[in-house]
Amino acid sequence: MIKITEKPIDVQKVIDTATSLGAGAVNVFIGTVRNTAHGKNVLWLEYEAYESMAVAEIRKIIDEASHRWPLLGWAVSHRVGTLKPTEVSVVVAVSAPHRRESFEACQFIIDSLKAKVPIWKKEVFEDGEEWVSARPEGVSATYN
Amino acid sequence: MMKTLKIKAFGITRDILGGREVELQLNESGTVGDLRSQLSSTYPEVLQLKSLFIAVNNEYADDHVVLNDTDEIALIPPVSGG
Repeated sequence: MIKITEKPIDVQKVIDTATSLGAGAVNVFIGTVRNTAHGKNVLWLEYEAYESMAVAEIRKIIDEASHRWPLLGWAVSHRVGTLKPTEVSVVVAVSAPHRRESFEACQFIIDSLKAKVPIWKKEVFEDGEEWVSARPEGVSATYN
Repeated sequence: MMKTLKIKAFGITRDILGGREVELQLNESGTVGDLRSQLSSTYPEVLQLKSLFIAVNNEYADDHVVLNDTDEIALIPPVSGG
């Protein structure tokens, strides 16, 4: 299951989707919204996705993970829209026969997702807003 | 002959281009690299981005790829999902 959704993610449903009878391990990564960035309070984040390409890129990442580790089940759900601190932005769940491959595959999937999948977030502060990682370090990008 | 391309813009590029979708004209033989040059001269702010990829039909595309007016073209500034 690959899902890009505006609705709150049902974490248990993602886990259930990834679970398999032959699995000795289900590994879950839950990404949440932090309340600070650059030493400032984050009011909320705005997430957006290029949905059709995001789904295609996540599928490629899952395919590669399935070649490298004996995955028995998997599910990825990513939220878009307005998210406040503590809300869940992304859930990756994989199941495998043993724990080691479940840890490695889950980390590979979330690391690859963050590096390649066309999803963006904007931090909204009290005094402005900023697209995350858009500009090189040291270049001020906060504007009102 | 010129061709008119519809360009989808996401994240910070949507702010820079001033909309979710803009139209640009390129020569008939225009490539991803030509589009990149035109964007840089029309919207110099894109040069300040950490990176800018261009996707054609939902795939990251190299600069040598020739663009067609039926392609789905999108600007991919640095991604920050998760």
